[in-house]
Amino acid sequence: MAVETVPGPFSGPTAGPSGPGAAASAAIKKSIKQRYAAERRFRMYGVAAILFGLTFLAVLFASIVSTGYTAFVQSSFELNVPLDRAVIDPDGKRDQTALMTADYTLLAKKALASAVGADPANKVQMREIGGLLSRDVDTEIRKAVLADPVLIGKTVPIWVLASGRVDSLMKGQLDRNLPAQTRKISDQQLAWIDKLTASGALAKRFNTGLFTNGASSNPETAGIGVAMVGSLFMMVTVLLLAVPLGVAAAVYLQEFARKNFWTDLIEVNINNLAAVPSIVFGLLGLAIFINFAGLPRSASIVGGLVLTLMTLPTIIIATRAAIGAVPPSIREAALGVGASKMQTITHHVVPLAMPGILTGTIIGLAKALGETAPLLMIGMVAFVVEYPTSPLAPSTALPVQIYMWATSAERGFVERTAGATIILLAVLICMNLVAVILRRKYERRW
Amino acid sequence: MLKMPMLDVQSSPVDVRAETKVVAQGVNVFYGAKQALQSVSVNIPDRAVMAFIGPSGCGKSTFLRCINRMNDTIPIAKVTGKIIIDNQDIYDPSLDVVQLRARVGMVFQKPNPFPKSIYENVAYGPRIHGLCHSKADLDDVVQSSLEKAGLWKEVKDRQDEPGTGLSGGQQQRLCIARAIAVNPEVILMDEPCSALDPIATARIEELIDELRKNYCIIIVTHSMQQAARVSQRTAFFHLGELVEEGVTSEIFTSPKEKRTQDYITGRFG
Repeated sequence: MAVETVPGPFSGPTAGPSGPGAAASAAIKKSIKQRYAAERRFRMYGVAAILFGLTFLAVLFASIVSTGYTAFVQSSFELNVPLDRAVIDPDGKRDQTALMTADYTLLAKKALASAVGADPANKVQMREIGGLLSRDVDTEIRKAVLADPVLIGKTVPIWVLASGRVDSLMKGQLDRNLPAQTRKISDQQLAWIDKLTASGALAKRFNTGLFTNGASSNPETAGIGVAMVGSLFMMVTVLLLAVPLGVAAAVYLQEFARKNFWTDLIEVNINNLAAVPSIVFGLLGLAIFINFAGLPRSASIVGGLVLTLMTLPTIIIATRAAIGAVPPSIREAALGVGASKMQTITHHVVPLAMPGILTGTIIGLAKALGETAPLLMIGMVAFVVEYPTSPLAPSTALPVQIYMWATSAERGFVERTAGATIILLAVLICMNLVAVILRRKYERRW
Repeated sequence: MLKMPMLDVQSSPVDVRAETKVVAQGVNVFYGAKQALQSVSVNIPDRAVMAFIGPSGCGKSTFLRCINRMNDTIPIAKVTGKIIIDNQDIYDPSLDVVQLRARVGMVFQKPNPFPKSIYENVAYGPRIHGLCHSKADLDDVVQSSLEKAGLWKEVKDRQDEPGTGLSGGQQQRLCIARAIAVNPEVILMDEPCSALDPIATARIEELIDELRKNYCIIIVTHSMQQAARVSQRTAFFHLGELVEEGVTSEIFTSPKEKRTQDYITGRFG
């Protein structure tokens, strides 16, 4: 037979140069070369695709981090503020309303004027002094006074925020060599800034306000604290509703439900729901939770409910897949020693599927955390300054805050957009890390 | 043919005192429209090993899985006829399947320990059935089960290690320990050695011979040599029918049916 005379592909030249064996051998040799070339090409495509993806990832991160890292520091003045009794509390009654409404901005201006040696009576100079300070400068002084009214009448050192323009200049975002008209900071102001910087009274400090403040029209006092609390409320709602519902639905569909037309229909619909654009869920939430059920607009509970609807299919699909991947031999083993169906599921199937369920849940949560579109539909694009005290209070969410900042033109908001994006990504990475750690832990236990 | 010196057909005669433990009467199994088992009737003795042999797809495993109602887990499977264990029809609607499976243990083709510790594997059955009331009780049951399964000496110092980390033969013995921990009356074995090497197989066979003193053991096997070595009675299945059943030595030396003759002489199968 011809086949027997065909030498192995690696055995070199054939013994007999003629005959059908030699021809077959040559054909094989040629095709092997082609096959190896095809494999090499395929690997190259793969490496190229990965490099391409990594490059874009690197560019994305580089651009976000390079724009956003400055958001984590903020320029502040250290001022010796004279807490003038005549300005703060002329009556001497320590009346709360008087303390709240006193003209702290004036005190800050005076303090800054004396620090740079400007004349408090010179209105032009005082206006320029005012331009250096944040418009919310009174907040910090008021806070200090309210915390400790004994300070009234004394001169205390307080760090107060510089204005957004000063901050931009300090961070090199404004070109100081531009003519005074276009750079928005006068030569006089520039001289003061340099003087204060040299003396250490103007410095960039860690920006705690970014993490604690709410929305603000001044970039220097805008923060994501309020949005984070809103997001937290929503995540808790999703966790409390979507996880038990999703896991229960998946366990029922996978383990108990009979296979018939209805379960097929449900399955198809769940798979379709996972692919429905999130804005549709927003419309649904608007129609059902707000217009029909009468829940308040902009409330994080509504956001949480909408995100729950959105996350459910993801969790159900992931849980079903994880449960389906538990080998049938384990079920048989449990049933074989007399475990009931429920015991088999709760003692063996679900714990074994846990890593998969957790991964699916956390991926679903992460997706929900980054979701913006449905929240726009239910009025969570709100200018919220105060922390929401309950899930029913008006609130906003982290990605929505980023979206709102992204539409503002000021330099301060641009860096904050990127800074908040960094924080959002950090939170998502932490969530995934938790998923990996939990999965590892479970895998070691089993 | 593999020689197993510790057992041969002649040295393990039928226990004449053996009482009938399991009675099957006209058992039919349908998978949807397909009939997998046709009117099987057989008496299975207590304190003895009964082997089911036959070619692949002949219904021997299907029948085995009727005895602890494992077929219930397959939605399209339908069983008719009667299987009686100790005068009780196990397909009676009043019978609880969980209780039945505590009385009829099962060892599967592929060793399938739970992915838990060795101790937990054995303790699981007694724990869910509430057989032990203290930790000391449970420890005793685990130890005696592992001893009966001939695994105690090998694992006594590492009971906390995962059962899945044992060798294949040890895993199968762990599964046997798990089955006997709930103190069953019948042990079903579905080709328990088909995934094991000859040495591990020999150990399991030795163990089966040991266990038959206390249990009714039913084993499905592909290996006729194994059936000859371990069983006292043998039933030959073919195409969903029970062709012939009798004392093992007679089935192998002088079968009455031509089909049995053809199968054991290697004409088909």
